[in-house]
Amino acid sequence: MNAILQRRLAKDLLMRGACVAATVLALIPLVSVLFYIARSGIGGFSWHYLTSLPAPVGELGGGFGNALLGSLVLVGIASAIAVPMGVLAAVYLAEFGQNRLGTAARFAADVMAGVPSIAVGIFVYGVIVLAMRGFSAVAGGIALAILMLPTVVRTTEELIKLVPSSLREAGLALGVPKWRVILKVVVRTGAPGMATGVMLAVARAAGETAPLLFTAFGNRFWSTDLRQPIASLPVHIYTYAVSPYEDWHHQAWSAALVLLLSVLILNVGARIITRQGGELR
Amino acid sequence: MVTRWLGAKRLFGSEVNLGDRLFRLSTAAFAMLIIVLLAAMALAMTRASAESISKFGLSFLTSSDWDPVQEKYGALPYVFGTVASSVLALAIAVPIALGISVFLSELSPAWTRNPLSFVVELLAAIPSVIFGLWGIFLLAPWLRESVQPALAENLGWFALFKGVPRGFGMLAAGIILAIMILPTIAAVSRDVMRAVPRAYREGALALGATRWETVRVAVLPHATPGIVGAVILGLGRALGETMAVTMVIGNRAQISASLFAPAATMASVIANEYTEASSDLYLAALSELGLLLFAVTIILNIAARLLVWRVSRLPGGARA
Repeated sequence: MNAILQRRLAKDLLMRGACVAATVLALIPLVSVLFYIARSGIGGFSWHYLTSLPAPVGELGGGFGNALLGSLVLVGIASAIAVPMGVLAAVYLAEFGQNRLGTAARFAADVMAGVPSIAVGIFVYGVIVLAMRGFSAVAGGIALAILMLPTVVRTTEELIKLVPSSLREAGLALGVPKWRVILKVVVRTGAPGMATGVMLAVARAAGETAPLLFTAFGNRFWSTDLRQPIASLPVHIYTYAVSPYEDWHHQAWSAALVLLLSVLILNVGARIITRQGGELR
Repeated sequence: MVTRWLGAKRLFGSEVNLGDRLFRLSTAAFAMLIIVLLAAMALAMTRASAESISKFGLSFLTSSDWDPVQEKYGALPYVFGTVASSVLALAIAVPIALGISVFLSELSPAWTRNPLSFVVELLAAIPSVIFGLWGIFLLAPWLRESVQPALAENLGWFALFKGVPRGFGMLAAGIILAIMILPTIAAVSRDVMRAVPRAYREGALALGATRWETVRVAVLPHATPGIVGAVILGLGRALGETMAVTMVIGNRAQISASLFAPAATMASVIANEYTEASSDLYLAALSELGLLLFAVTIILNIAARLLVWRVSRLPGGARA
């Protein structure tokens, strides 16, 4: 073998090795985060955390039941707004969107996906919080809805496009108006796939912290009043993590474990549904 | 027919029935709403920061004097913190992300491709606040006790590595940001590389190129605009990322050449001070920071999308 070829092969090996090394390197933080959340989270875990209120500042004990409930309420509000809006917009984009409005809306959704969540918080503060004269669960839910919307729109559009046109044609051939075909056949066939998009969007919204700091704010008590400030898991984790108390740090890890598990379950679940829905193609 | 006696046929055009037309219009309204929402955000944030814009003008960006007591707001240290932490994050993340995307798109055996892609995407799914928690209790102490002393000892003559090792500071923020933008850059570049037509690779391989040479001469040149787009998308995420950075950067408004020094970013100062802003001008100044982030990330996103589109339209490639 001549020297040039040897050098080329050596370089090939080196670069391939570098690519493998980069991939392994990227897995280190993932494994580290998962490992430490699991270890520290399970370590001090108590079921009591999930059902009780935070203890008064300076006292040991307490939990984050109200934050868990608050997160469910906030994500519930956000889904109730973002899912119908997003699905209807996506129906337009997939079925009628080959025009200027479609292109512009698609582009706006993509751009909106990149808007920093803290900017969304400032927007909602200016429009909702000031108008309602106070922090509220509604404001937090709206902020999360804005963050969910682009994901719901784009994934739903992709899934509607995957529905075979033979199904549409079969419906139309029976004399069913197009709008009924879309709602009863296309949307229903695409529903499991849409669930994927919604789950991914919910997973993203559930972990958002920054926009909640000055929309939903936080609350140390049980609250289901949508006009009042409400606690949430991410804000709770943040407050407890930056606090000076050892006991609060343990609780932050446990809350992080609960949040991370929910997010991972949603992501893996979405993955499984996509795989089953993949037969559609 | 309903359409006939409503005179709807003339009103709505000839070939569609009334239900279809209404359905189309109402779904169009929701598509329109996305555009309206984006415009409303731009408008509302401009209005919220109007007072600060008109009072400080450009000096908002050039002055370092951020003093709520005297109602003076100069954001230079925050702008510096945002730019420096994002550039640091890119410097760390881009080479690694490119390695991953070349591996996933060109080198990995078929059976590892999907699981590995999923794992990389999982990294993107971890909430920011959880990275922050990990940063406070693991990354920062590790940097303080192992990495920074070693760097200071060996490279301490270099301004970047001078100073007291604190853990919390620019370096920690850059590393956390790098981890968070890595999946974005890797996933988009992988898609862009897959979009390069197979025939280009086959041509290079047929001429006797090694796998790496194929990547270098057949894949990378065509994927470059898209990869630049991926990097810009990552930059956009890094600029606006809030929680994890706020938790590890040390939150001190200063401009320092050292990576060990604490700093603050535009997003972190908003997160820390927005609820405490006691005057209208204070709130307007913080909103102006938000508006700047909003405007910059929108411009970056538009540029990135256009670049990625360019590559994914190459004929004969896999769909990006």
